[in-house]
Amino acid sequence: MSLKAFHILFIALSVLLSIVLSALALYQFTLGGSGLNLVWAVTGIGSAIGLIVYGVRFLRKLRDVSFL
Amino acid sequence: MEIPYTATARPDTGLYNGKLGIWLFLASEVMLFGALFSSYILLRVGAPVWPHGSELLNVPLATINTVVLISSSVTMVMSWASLMMKDFSKYRMYMGFTILLSFVFLVIKYFEYTSKFSHDIFPSTSTFYAIYFTMTGLHGLHVIGGIVVNAYLWGPGNKMWKSDPQRFTNRVEIAGLYWHFVDLVWIFLFPVLYLL
Repeated sequence: MSLKAFHILFIALSVLLSIVLSALALYQFTLGGSGLNLVWAVTGIGSAIGLIVYGVRFLRKLRDVSFL
Repeated sequence: MEIPYTATARPDTGLYNGKLGIWLFLASEVMLFGALFSSYILLRVGAPVWPHGSELLNVPLATINTVVLISSSVTMVMSWASLMMKDFSKYRMYMGFTILLSFVFLVIKYFEYTSKFSHDIFPSTSTFYAIYFTMTGLHGLHVIGGIVVNAYLWGPGNKMWKSDPQRFTNRVEIAGLYWHFVDLVWIFLFPVLYLL
């Protein structure tokens, strides 16, 4: 597995972490948590979207490089 | 005698020597951290009560550290991509940023640790803190190892770029694979210790 493939795997897991973090914060907010939880939730979703956009751009940039 | 496949890939495996070597090394690292994660699960399941990490540890600082490490993996892969595009000055810039971000991670970790020590919290305080200090401490040692390798490739080791650019690019890729592994461990450590 090349660095390109490992990087994509890493970005995918980071996206997953952002979503989990966001879901946890949203859950805390629905339980009566502070507005800060909502900020965390929105930030988590924002970073997940940002990472997906980055991942797609990265794949396009290195499309000629092998995954092996 | 010249050692074959140091720069070019072996036709039957598609891998050059260094890449095969780093993956064997990373396999041993998976076993090391896997054993610690298994210990954590067994200790937690067996404990009558287990504290929530979010109540004992500094989640905002750990979140900043997560962002720092993700950013460092981006700069690391960019340094490798720059070499693929024969742009050595950009390689130096991105590798420099990677080293800088690694130091930022360690400085934040230092503040986190010293805050705990100032409150008389040590590995011997509880099982939770024992596994927390063991896992984050071992991870921190791996970060220091990564800094040493990356600093060598950024500084004295970059002379190889002039004599054997393909082999140097491979070395940076190998260092990048190690660095991504270290970052990946943190991606698992952060939710397990700080959030759950």
